[in-house]
Amino acid sequence: MALTKADIAETLFDDLGLNKRESKELVEQFFEIVRVALEEGRDVKLSGFGNFILRDKKQRPGRNPKTGEEIPISARRVVTFRPGQKLKARVEAYAGSQQ
Amino acid sequence: MSTRDNPMTKSELIEDLAREQGHLAQKDVELAVKVMLESMSQALAGGDRIEVRGFGSFSLHFRPPRIGRNPKSGDTVALHGKYVPHFKPGKELRERVNASAGSPRPHAEDAGKANDED
Repeated sequence: MALTKADIAETLFDDLGLNKRESKELVEQFFEIVRVALEEGRDVKLSGFGNFILRDKKQRPGRNPKTGEEIPISARRVVTFRPGQKLKARVEAYAGSQQ
Repeated sequence: MSTRDNPMTKSELIEDLAREQGHLAQKDVELAVKVMLESMSQALAGGDRIEVRGFGSFSLHFRPPRIGRNPKSGDTVALHGKYVPHFKPGKELRERVNASAGSPRPHAEDAGKANDED
């Protein structure tokens, strides 16, 4: 049971009384604004939740797992997420029944 | 337009959102962002995943119990297992972020002061 954009929009509709279209648009635009910032090479810091941090990776040697052939893995930019203290503390407290 | 030391913050995100939703008051957008982040935090705190197509998914990773050490006294302490939030970027986000790879990131931590632009 995963939380989706539709669920988040539903919460905006239920809790804030925004209409369905506004709620849907807000959720869509929220994620798009974060994507655009990251695309522009900017980190995104959402206090209380966490930071999306960009990392530039150098080219490194790789291997085709099927053929064993050596192929370089090209230099790339990746996005990582560093959860904030508040989120970490809340999640840590989760005593899941699985494992 | 330099992006040096210019991460996007929550308040800037709220301003951008308010600009796009011109009919909503800034205060309402602020509240909406708070509610969105809270619903996401709540999902993770309750052990649920978050799946946003084109953006990515958040899940919990388990860190097994381990024996730690008090750095002052040297005493061993049993640390219980715990969950930590984990984010896996989606295909669209991965591709869009990587499309700008190679272009300078003026605000990267290791950027020298010498190459300041504009």
